[in-house]
Amino acid sequence: MLAVVNVLGSMLMLFSVTYVLPMVTALIYRDGMLLDFVYAALLCLGVGALASRVTHRHRRELRSRDGFLLVTLAWVSMSATATVPLMLALPGLSFTDAFFETMSGLSTTGATVLTGLDTMAPSINMWRASLHWYGGMGIIVLAVAILPLLGVGGMQLYKAETPGPVKNEKLTPRITQTAKALWVVYFLITALCIIALRLAGMGWFDAVFHAFSTLSLGGFSNYDASIAHFDSLAIELVLVFFMLVSALNFSRHFIAWQQKSLRGYLRDVEAVAMLKLVGTGIAVVSLYVWLEGVYPDFFTTLRHTTFNLVSVATTCGYVTQDYAAWPVFAPMVILMLSCYTCNTGSTGGGIKMFRTLVLYRQAVRELWLIVHPQAVTPVKIRRQVVANQVVFAVLAFVVLYFGTVVTLTFVLLASGLDLVSAFTAIIATINNTGPGLGVVGPASNFQGLTDFQTWICSLAMLLGRLEIFSVLVLLTPAYWRK
Amino acid sequence: MKIIILGAGQVGRTAAYHLAREEANDVTVVDLDEGLLRDLQDRIDIRTVQGNAASPRTLESAGARDADMIVALTNSDETNMVACHVAWTLFGTRTKIARIRSRDYTKYQKLFVSTDGVPEGVEPVPVGTAAGPLGFAVDMYLSPEQSVTSYIERLIRYPGALQIVDFAEGKVRLVGLKAIRGGALIGRPLRELKSHMRNSEARVAALYRKGESIEPEGDTEIRDGDEVFFVAATQDIRAVMKEMQKLEDPVKRVVIAGGGNIGFRLAQTLDEENQVKVIERDSKQARKIAAQLRNSVVLVGDAADEELLVEENIDSVDVFCALTNSEEANILSAMLAKRLGARRVMALISRPAYADLTAMGEIDVAIAPQTVTIGSLLAYVRRGDVVQVHSLRRGSAEAMETIAHGARGGKVVGRPIEDIKLPEGAKIVTIVRGDRVIMAHHDTVIENGDHVILFLSDRRHVEQVERLFQA
Repeated sequence: MLAVVNVLGSMLMLFSVTYVLPMVTALIYRDGMLLDFVYAALLCLGVGALASRVTHRHRRELRSRDGFLLVTLAWVSMSATATVPLMLALPGLSFTDAFFETMSGLSTTGATVLTGLDTMAPSINMWRASLHWYGGMGIIVLAVAILPLLGVGGMQLYKAETPGPVKNEKLTPRITQTAKALWVVYFLITALCIIALRLAGMGWFDAVFHAFSTLSLGGFSNYDASIAHFDSLAIELVLVFFMLVSALNFSRHFIAWQQKSLRGYLRDVEAVAMLKLVGTGIAVVSLYVWLEGVYPDFFTTLRHTTFNLVSVATTCGYVTQDYAAWPVFAPMVILMLSCYTCNTGSTGGGIKMFRTLVLYRQAVRELWLIVHPQAVTPVKIRRQVVANQVVFAVLAFVVLYFGTVVTLTFVLLASGLDLVSAFTAIIATINNTGPGLGVVGPASNFQGLTDFQTWICSLAMLLGRLEIFSVLVLLTPAYWRK
Repeated sequence: MKIIILGAGQVGRTAAYHLAREEANDVTVVDLDEGLLRDLQDRIDIRTVQGNAASPRTLESAGARDADMIVALTNSDETNMVACHVAWTLFGTRTKIARIRSRDYTKYQKLFVSTDGVPEGVEPVPVGTAAGPLGFAVDMYLSPEQSVTSYIERLIRYPGALQIVDFAEGKVRLVGLKAIRGGALIGRPLRELKSHMRNSEARVAALYRKGESIEPEGDTEIRDGDEVFFVAATQDIRAVMKEMQKLEDPVKRVVIAGGGNIGFRLAQTLDEENQVKVIERDSKQARKIAAQLRNSVVLVGDAADEELLVEENIDSVDVFCALTNSEEANILSAMLAKRLGARRVMALISRPAYADLTAMGEIDVAIAPQTVTIGSLLAYVRRGDVVQVHSLRRGSAEAMETIAHGARGGKVVGRPIEDIKLPEGAKIVTIVRGDRVIMAHHDTVIENGDHVILFLSDRRHVEQVERLFQA
């Protein structure tokens, strides 16, 4: 326990470095926030230094089970310390709302409780976007890449934070190199995205902000109207492209870069399935919305469907239209897609495409076994057999996932929220998507919730980002038994 | 260095552990057993690939394309040889080390061709063409069983020694032993060693008293129970040992528990000169080795069977070696044999934790097979001119042999030993110049081409020493 706090201290110290970016922004735009960020960074550094100092005696190599506690504690404490600049800048903001906002940032959910974003200090907005960016690839993965103290324990941390069922595949022999490789790829694609957005007509600040927010599949915007503010087809197309790129496995990007070939993507069952699912979704939903006559012509329908569907399905969460006002079939399909679309090892949330495929093939196998009781039918993905152990782990995950959704929905219902809002708020937060329907729909935000409901949503975001197991394992008595 | 290790068995795991411990190495381990790999990856920072070690596809996905070295340590000689050859032919891997146990292969040197001399960038030529290697492209082979066997054989030939390692092709040996009352030097200062030995010289490299290291100076007194490491020319070893303990009678009767690979080899080597009894549990295996041994007696039975041991006169046995595959059985049968009166008992124990447990107990010598075999591999991996590396005292200390290169006036060559800036805990013990063995004095000047033997009480300084000698 104390050894974990010791490492946590050094991670907080590392986290305090991330305050530099908004400081620079404050210097450039002279928005008067510089000192607030300096104080906040010093506080974060101080808390981290204190924590690692006090527990210095207990320092030891981390054991494999320490990883879960460390990752969960790190996410909670980083979100908590990140609230300081927000609360200094916006005196009316409660800690509950500020914590929701930073957790939403780090977990790349993109749900907000703030309004008046357009007139907010640029450095505050940059802070929100950079939280997205660090949270996207994973602040712990970054720590593993930079902090040498973790050693083999680094692998455990990496496993606890990185999404997906199969985590034993390293890109390189050393875990620090794997973490570095992922961050380099992430950084380079972000740079490309900034340039593309600038060419599509955004200003530099907006381009950087939205590149951070897109690559991490977060969904914060610095405008209340989100992407609708720009009303530009070019920008929407660039964003759609980069949202799809970020919903792919970043290891795949790394390998493609290393081999200088795009062939790997086509051979990646998960990527192909994702593109098929998104393509079908767009076709069905836009046809439906067009037939219902929401928009005058098909092209407009296709444009709005494509952007909003890709944005929600990849768990990014930008909006250009109030799609909640579309006939209810459409927004429901869009929202449910967010559970399945993202790939393993992407920056998005949800169950992940790989698990969906495993479940699907397992279901087909059971059907097959009814017809041919003697058949030998291993579950295969990418022509490789998926071990039964993995299939069971996936089943367990999905059960826990939906169990969590149902439980938290009932908690929100009990607190007085209506069914649609309660259910979609949980789906939108546990998948790290952002907008739900009803009170938390695309046209409004999470401001209307009570404090209690806000905390429940914050919890759902944390559970979703760390893929439930890493957090829930802390609640089992066996974890704490010596 | 990028290293691929094939096989995650006992030897492969140890190699992975030792190599990955050094910051500069990137290690990938290949094995068929996924469970074994998962377990290994949880313990050490390496990458693992599941598959057949000799298959080009597996090798490629393990990164053979830009690997610097392949170490084939699977339990099949054939797989190892083919894997090395495939790596060279398809991927041009520079260094290929294979584990080859069968004497049937190693007897024919022609089978193996080192590709060391082939300049960088030259495309590997397939076998069959005149310019290509006419044999398996293996730069070096290891036979762990053979090294362990000869190590045990040395221990049997020098009763009283805890550890004996060779340097400079066997010209010099480092011996570890426990000082016991009865030796001529016990209770006397170290400097008297010189006057006791007229024609020869020896150097005490390290001294441990109750587990703590003591710097051996001229006036340091050797006491009963001290653990002493000394270096001497091979022919002088016995004379030095006499100084430290009452010289034991040469070994005659040997009982070997376990007629497996190592046990059988040992029985073969000792067959002529000693009275050997081998206890083997499996009657089929017992019959097989009995057919090949001339004088030794092969018994079918359990090595931990008290009655069998008593019946076979265990109380008059000089050495009892427990060499079965199960280390727990080795420990127990060795303890039992000691209790029943065997003069000296040795046990093959690979887990360091077990070795520590038995270090001070009834077992006289704990043999760690992996530290015996890993030395030559480590020497090969550590670039530069490291010839031999031996790990001592269960891995906490190390002895290494390295060649000094460079012009006079460098960091090492041309300097007297007292002027060389060695890291803490490192000490130059002996120098071998051509055929001459020179014990190191503070004013001995090191020359170009000298083989320098160093003792390091802290293995973390190994890299510093290497860098020093590289210049």
